[in-house]
Amino acid sequence: MSVVEDMSNVESQANVVQHVVVRFAGDSGDGMQLTGNNFTQATAIYGNDLSTYPDFPAEIRAPIGSTFGVSAFQICFGSEDVTTAGDQVDVLVAMNPAALITNLKDLVVGGLVIVDSDTFTDRNLTRAGYKSNPLEDGALDAYRLLAIDITKQVVEVVKPHGLSHKFAVRCKNMWTLGLTMWLFDRSRDAAIQGLRTKFAHLPEIAEANVEALNAGHTYGETAELPTGIEVYKVPPADVAPGLYRNTTGTEAMAYGLIAGGQLAELPIVFASYPITPASGLLHTLSTQKQFDVVTFQAEDEIAAVCTALGASFAGSLGVTSSSGPGISLKGEAISLACATELPLIVINTQRGGPSTGLPTKTEQSDLNQALFGRHADTSLPVISASTPSDCFDVAIEAVRIATKFRTPVLILSDGYIANASQPWRVPDFNDYESFPVKFEEEPTGFSPANRDPETLARVWAKPGTKGLEHRIGGIEKSFETGDISYDPDNHQKMTDVRKAKIDGIAKYIPQQDVVIGRGSGKLAVVGWGSTYGAIYQGVKRCREEGLDVSHIQVRHLWPLPSNLGDLLSKFDSILVPEMNTGQFVEVIRSRFLIDAQRINKVSGQPFKIKEIEEAIKAQLESLK
Amino acid sequence: MNAPEQKLTFKDFASDQEVRWCPGCGDYAILKTIQKLMPEFDTPKENTVFISGIGCSSRFPYYMNTYGFHTIHGRAPSVATGVKLANPDLDVWVVTGDGDGLSIGGNHMLHVLRRNVDLQLLLFNNETYGLTKGQYSPTSRVGTRSPSTPDGSLDMPLRPCTFAIGAGARFVARSIDTEAKHLAPVLRRAHEHVGASFVEIYQNCPVYNDGIFEYIKDKKTATETRLLLEHGKPLIFGQDNEKGIRLNAQELKLEVVHIDQDGVSEADLVVHDETNKVLAQMLAELKSPEFPEPIGVLYCNPASAYHADVYEQRDAIRLKKGPADLNALLRSGHNWTVN
Ligand SMILES: Cc1ncc(C[n+]2csc(CCOP(=O)(O)OP(=O)(O)O)c2C)c(N)n1
Ligand code: SF4
Ligand SMILES: [Mg+2]
Repeated sequence: MSVVEDMSNVESQANVVQHVVVRFAGDSGDGMQLTGNNFTQATAIYGNDLSTYPDFPAEIRAPIGSTFGVSAFQICFGSEDVTTAGDQVDVLVAMNPAALITNLKDLVVGGLVIVDSDTFTDRNLTRAGYKSNPLEDGALDAYRLLAIDITKQVVEVVKPHGLSHKFAVRCKNMWTLGLTMWLFDRSRDAAIQGLRTKFAHLPEIAEANVEALNAGHTYGETAELPTGIEVYKVPPADVAPGLYRNTTGTEAMAYGLIAGGQLAELPIVFASYPITPASGLLHTLSTQKQFDVVTFQAEDEIAAVCTALGASFAGSLGVTSSSGPGISLKGEAISLACATELPLIVINTQRGGPSTGLPTKTEQSDLNQALFGRHADTSLPVISASTPSDCFDVAIEAVRIATKFRTPVLILSDGYIANASQPWRVPDFNDYESFPVKFEEEPTGFSPANRDPETLARVWAKPGTKGLEHRIGGIEKSFETGDISYDPDNHQKMTDVRKAKIDGIAKYIPQQDVVIGRGSGKLAVVGWGSTYGAIYQGVKRCREEGLDVSHIQVRHLWPLPSNLGDLLSKFDSILVPEMNTGQFVEVIRSRFLIDAQRINKVSGQPFKIKEIEEAIKAQLESLK
Repeated sequence: MNAPEQKLTFKDFASDQEVRWCPGCGDYAILKTIQKLMPEFDTPKENTVFISGIGCSSRFPYYMNTYGFHTIHGRAPSVATGVKLANPDLDVWVVTGDGDGLSIGGNHMLHVLRRNVDLQLLLFNNETYGLTKGQYSPTSRVGTRSPSTPDGSLDMPLRPCTFAIGAGARFVARSIDTEAKHLAPVLRRAHEHVGASFVEIYQNCPVYNDGIFEYIKDKKTATETRLLLEHGKPLIFGQDNEKGIRLNAQELKLEVVHIDQDGVSEADLVVHDETNKVLAQMLAELKSPEFPEPIGVLYCNPASAYHADVYEQRDAIRLKKGPADLNALLRSGHNWTVN
């Protein structure tokens, strides 16, 4: 039985459902992201597992009522593990006709749609592209409609606070939030507290919003609503005990970098240039000056990466971050970091491309750039984050590898991971093993060409250390002395050593494991990055139907885990879902000579679970 | 008490690398002057860092027995910014060329100057791309014939000091490669100045642009073509110090006048004031042959350096926020316990 059938079944026990997908959609000025975040917080506190997907337009203030100005926030929450924001929407909150017309296609048949009927004016309807009013012409007959004059209600409620009409109307989102909280039995406490903090200096505004929130809730409690619309119970999920918080990928990445710096016992210099969806990391780290982090907004991406590299030369850990177009600009300096063998962290929060592409939408199309997108033979470690909270450990892992092997490390995240939020069982930082960097200090026998015989890492001697004055640079250096060398044999040797060092990292990373399913069998679905959630659920559902399929999620994209080839060879068939035209699948094919198959999607939207399920079934079918 | 450190000499600052500029290149003279100057400074040798981009001039760090980083074309100011941010105790020098610093790296030069990052930025201006075999550069005079402009260059050159002052530099000076007696004190001043110190050095490239600065270097013409700047002194030049620079207040421009002619006396001349930005801008624009070209410190008007402000702001925040605790940060904001 679908969730919605569950929900509309009044007889069912107090409307208990296992999981629900709610989407708030409105004008970019309607405050849908804030509404979504508040609802998420309340849901997390309630104890459901959840996953969110904020989807906002590239335009900052698109014309009011326009379809391209619609901003949406989707949340899936439930009593079982939730790893995606959901394929289809059960409850759609549409604040105007444009939000309705652009989001209705994702609502399940029989789903609940809540609209502000006051916004369905002739003008707004025309602007959204409606020929007639969908609230009256039967266009919504397949759904359950709750049309409320929200604007009027709100203006009425906040009147005593003396707000102008403009400000009064802005409380609409809180009214709607209140109603939605009633619908799912969420507590308003955190939201109320949040509003009072946010508007601490504008108490009238704060109280008006609180009033609106409560009024929305009261409306749910007291108004005569159509049958079948009443409080739904989504019981708390059975999750591992511990302390939880919500985190976005951006936050977890920022905290992971700080953690990595502490574990390496290195100060961090974070240099970046704003670009969507990567800027959040710069913003977040800029608020953490109490830690050993200096943040620097450079004049461009080239300056940012060069500043980070200069910091690494001077004995800090240089970190830079951008999205695809900015990473292109950093290429030459990343190669310099490879040549000079200094640690450097480069984070790519991928977005839809090429060029400006879809700056606010997600994609995984910079893998080739990460692996191959520089001049010359400059292989470097590439690791990917699969979920928002995964960013914490991935950042630490990047710092560990960069400092241990004295190499730039590229982290691939994406717009979905960066902005989506997820409950995170907060780790105890004391449980992490430190990996303090040892700088060279001994002048006897010192040469900038010295290497650790085991890891092949070049010596790191920082300026300020007496007796170790030396020069490094982009010109090829002698393997023996570190002096400039144009010798042909030396260049061969240095190229080989640089490659061997990176290849050798495979010995120091975890073996590839299987997320769910067996370590051999008919089909392995191999994912990397943010496709994790959809693959996980897709594989899980197929396995529940008795299908022989496993989920393998690769974090270390270069070098690959040393057992990956063996592991993959134990499956009859390999399927690689990617939000690009097929990049990792080519790596697997060429690396392991395996006839891996692909499923690709580049619409700017994450995979749906259903799409993965269908691909799995088609693939298994083809094996018969 | 520590035993007194042995006094370093210029040899201590020469690396063991064979210097590979063309014979007669002006870079040799600059290198020698700097190697001789370094022992004068209190800075411990290990705290000295030379950072360069790409070009003949940018090979400089390899020849200094200090810490050095030969980076990529045009980006030395950014790498140097990172070094200074990571360790403010380091004494960081940037060596760049007219192509490196003003063409590919023009953006970084602009920003490092306006940010006032505490660096000495030495721009070796030979008005050509030496390393890539003599193409014209952004400082080449109109009509320069080069492999890429066989019929003469067409675009207006940039005046490095004008650029630097326009960018907001707080220290701008100019000197000449082979004139150690002038160059050394200018570099000393640049070193003393806290913040970004920009020094343009006229540098001869005997291979691709030989003799372009002869007018100002040749003893026979130098008295007419150079204007030696000294803070608080009138702007005087000429074989017998018979000429000077006066401000034409009507037209708001500088003009050459003869002392004791047409009623002009020394009192009518502009007195050099290093802290006057408008004057510095006017001086930077003076070009031979219409004017003598100023050498020395055009502008020096210190302001707090970027790294100092960064750390001051951070210290203030730390004082307010108290000690950093990652576990506390992870547990900040809303959280809940599942039993
Ligand atoms: C990205 C990049 N583009 C182009 C070059 C080639 N290149 C090297 S040096 C140079 C110009 C150097 O001119 P300048 O800075 O005036 O130095 P000079 O050799 O005259 O001292 C150019 C174009 C390069 N090394 N890197
Ligand atoms: S090409 Fe010119 S600038 Fe370069 S080393 Fe030779 S003489 Fe010096
Ligand atoms: Mg040059």
